[in-house]
Amino acid sequence: MNPSTAFAWLTNGAALPWAEVPEGSVADFLSATRAALDRGGRLASLFGVPEGEGVRLVVVLALDADNALAVGRSQPVQGPFPSLTPTHPQAHLFERELWEQHGLVPAGHPWLKPVRQDHGAGPAVGDFFRVDGPELHEVAVGPVHAGIIEPGHFRFQCAGEEVLHLEIALGYQHRGIEEGLVGGPHRASVCQVETVAGDTTIAHATAYAHLIEALAGSEAPLQAQWLRALALELERLANHTGDLGALANDVAFLPTSAACGKLRGEFLNLTALLCGNRFGRRLVRPGGCGFGAEPERLAQLRERLESALAEVEQATAWLWDAASVRARFEHTGRVSPQQAAEIGLVGPAARACGLVRDVRFDHPTGWHRLAQVPVAVWPEGDVFARARVRWLEIQRSGEFLMQQLGAAPDGDMHIALPPSAPDTLAVALVEGWRGEVCHVALTDAQGRFRRYKLTDPSFHNWTGLALALRGQAISDFPLCNKSFNLSYCGFDL
Amino acid sequence: MTLTLTSLADLLARLALWAIVAPLLPGLINRVKAWVAGRRGPPVLQLYYDLGKLWRKGVVVSTLASPGFFIGPVVTWVALLGAAALVPLGPLGATLSFRGDVILLVYLLALARFATAWAAWETGSAFEGMGAAREVSYAVLAEAAIITAVLTLSVHSGSLSLAALLAPTPGAGAALLAAGWFIVLLAENCRVPFDDPNTHLELTMIHEAMVLDHSGPLLAVVLHGAALKLMLFAMLLVQAVVPLGDLSASVAGAVLWVGVLGVAVGVGLVESLLARYAFRRVPLLLTTAFLFCWFALMLAWKGGVA
Repeated sequence: MNPSTAFAWLTNGAALPWAEVPEGSVADFLSATRAALDRGGRLASLFGVPEGEGVRLVVVLALDADNALAVGRSQPVQGPFPSLTPTHPQAHLFERELWEQHGLVPAGHPWLKPVRQDHGAGPAVGDFFRVDGPELHEVAVGPVHAGIIEPGHFRFQCAGEEVLHLEIALGYQHRGIEEGLVGGPHRASVCQVETVAGDTTIAHATAYAHLIEALAGSEAPLQAQWLRALALELERLANHTGDLGALANDVAFLPTSAACGKLRGEFLNLTALLCGNRFGRRLVRPGGCGFGAEPERLAQLRERLESALAEVEQATAWLWDAASVRARFEHTGRVSPQQAAEIGLVGPAARACGLVRDVRFDHPTGWHRLAQVPVAVWPEGDVFARARVRWLEIQRSGEFLMQQLGAAPDGDMHIALPPSAPDTLAVALVEGWRGEVCHVALTDAQGRFRRYKLTDPSFHNWTGLALALRGQAISDFPLCNKSFNLSYCGFDL
Repeated sequence: MTLTLTSLADLLARLALWAIVAPLLPGLINRVKAWVAGRRGPPVLQLYYDLGKLWRKGVVVSTLASPGFFIGPVVTWVALLGAAALVPLGPLGATLSFRGDVILLVYLLALARFATAWAAWETGSAFEGMGAAREVSYAVLAEAAIITAVLTLSVHSGSLSLAALLAPTPGAGAALLAAGWFIVLLAENCRVPFDDPNTHLELTMIHEAMVLDHSGPLLAVVLHGAALKLMLFAMLLVQAVVPLGDLSASVAGAVLWVGVLGVAVGVGLVESLLARYAFRRVPLLLTTAFLFCWFALMLAWKGGVA
């Protein structure tokens, strides 16, 4: 099967009749996928769609260099299929998920175990990779942690203070969001999507809105697209600022830690100024935005944003100036660019390895087609690089917001959408603050969701954390973990 | 060996003074940190409230815990209070003083550490095992610095009794000793940059990891013992560096207490302005402390008056 005919190309936020998605035998489908990955494609999503007795494999590839997405599907499979993981490690979690959700065995998968549950027995009940030998010991952390954070289980294989291997077991917060969306869209759907990961509300809601609009063959009014872009950057500002403070806190550097904790709240309050909710709930709605933006409020937003940005600059200046902080951040938790590309890292974690990978730049949609944010890249791949990329993005997002606040387009904030097209596949990517949020929806003959596939950036990036810990001191784990700051519930769905 | 026991009442009064004043220092440190960070911070007396609260609480015990789990904190506390009884209080002198009491002091500190590590191992937790392993590894280096500092004072004064040892003359030697001893104080009391007393992250803890399983009155004993140790190191630092003997009794007493509080403020400032070191760099800093004390010893050997 020719790779050029194995996939249909489409742009971000577009829809395609299901019948027009090219179909091949499993062997052809997988070899075409391999070829596309070898040419620099990236696995944005890989999932199954049950059909009759079997399951169709569907792949969404992000061809960043071509600014395009490619979609392909296989004929229904029942038995095992040859695993992509040995040659393309970025597929490893997707294949484990296929096995967990549909019982399809990826033959040759090196570490086949469930992703979120172990047949009802709980995520951490199962086999962990073990390193045996004298002087080696195992440390189990979680699922209940000392801080007020989400549950997850971490199993370290250590030689003294050095970590040889880390395995992460998640799934404690599996709520069945994908299953809950099937049969939609209904009134609760958008609220369910907003709770995939609470700190990424805007990004997930925007991806959902793009899907519904694409399925309806319509588009949100320009002013709504503009407001969504503002809210997305505010979300990024709040989380990146909070992360820099948390990183400072983990190395016991108080000045930045105290200031950034407060400033994160200030950015959240600015989101609340737009819609009354600090996390942006109910702001993004299919067909537009749930709230208007009057000039007085925008003026207030601008004024408060300016002072908050100045304060963040001061607070982070202390961080960059402290030699003791630099000594902790540099060369800690390094991920090489090769590893990052191999496991398909996304978001700031990928950009901190020098990979130019940003949905806003590679696959612009919505307002980002009209106004760009430069991609912030740093080469080293260590904790310092991840902190530095966050700081660069804070600056870029701040500049973007200050420019765009003066460029509000006129028009409606919300339009009524026609019903969703039947038997159609739609794909939407959004660059959330943590990285690429990928939503794929497939409708049935009535235009209802037949399958809804969510991929949070955390799904790609948890493996990056495990790799970053290899050969590191176990005492640096909290610092590395914070530098990725991944979502547990976004992974668990 | 001359053992002078002024009176039982005097001894009890001094121990009570140590026990009552000690929890003030961590409160002061936290206050300084809050002030630098622009926060209001907890009350200076917070540790007293915490101790009172913990004392009324129950204890949760691991099924693996042996009697050592209970004995450890008590032995630690008694050893630290015993060490405190040996330390002279400026113009008041020491209650218990005999030739070689400084050796006993060093051993009591070691005993306190041993008992804490012992209690940690009794819980069977991976965290506490790691914490204990870290504590004793770094203690090897910290004790080298402590013993060098004691040697310096001993060579300088020609005595092995604390009351006579702590009669410094100002100069380069005293400055070196102050720097070395301050680093040791930070390490021994688990302050930044060695350890983070505020962290909740078990994997990064040293001292805190050892007492994770202790609760209620046992934790109160641990916390109070830590406060005693901090005050003990601060007392020794001030008296080893400031020549209190040259001042009148009332001035010397005032200088001593202001000095101890000043040390607490200094610790607070260090914690506010410095990030914590990575574990692999901790030995480097402790070796620096040892070298400070070593050069002070060289100066003491060369000239007496440095």
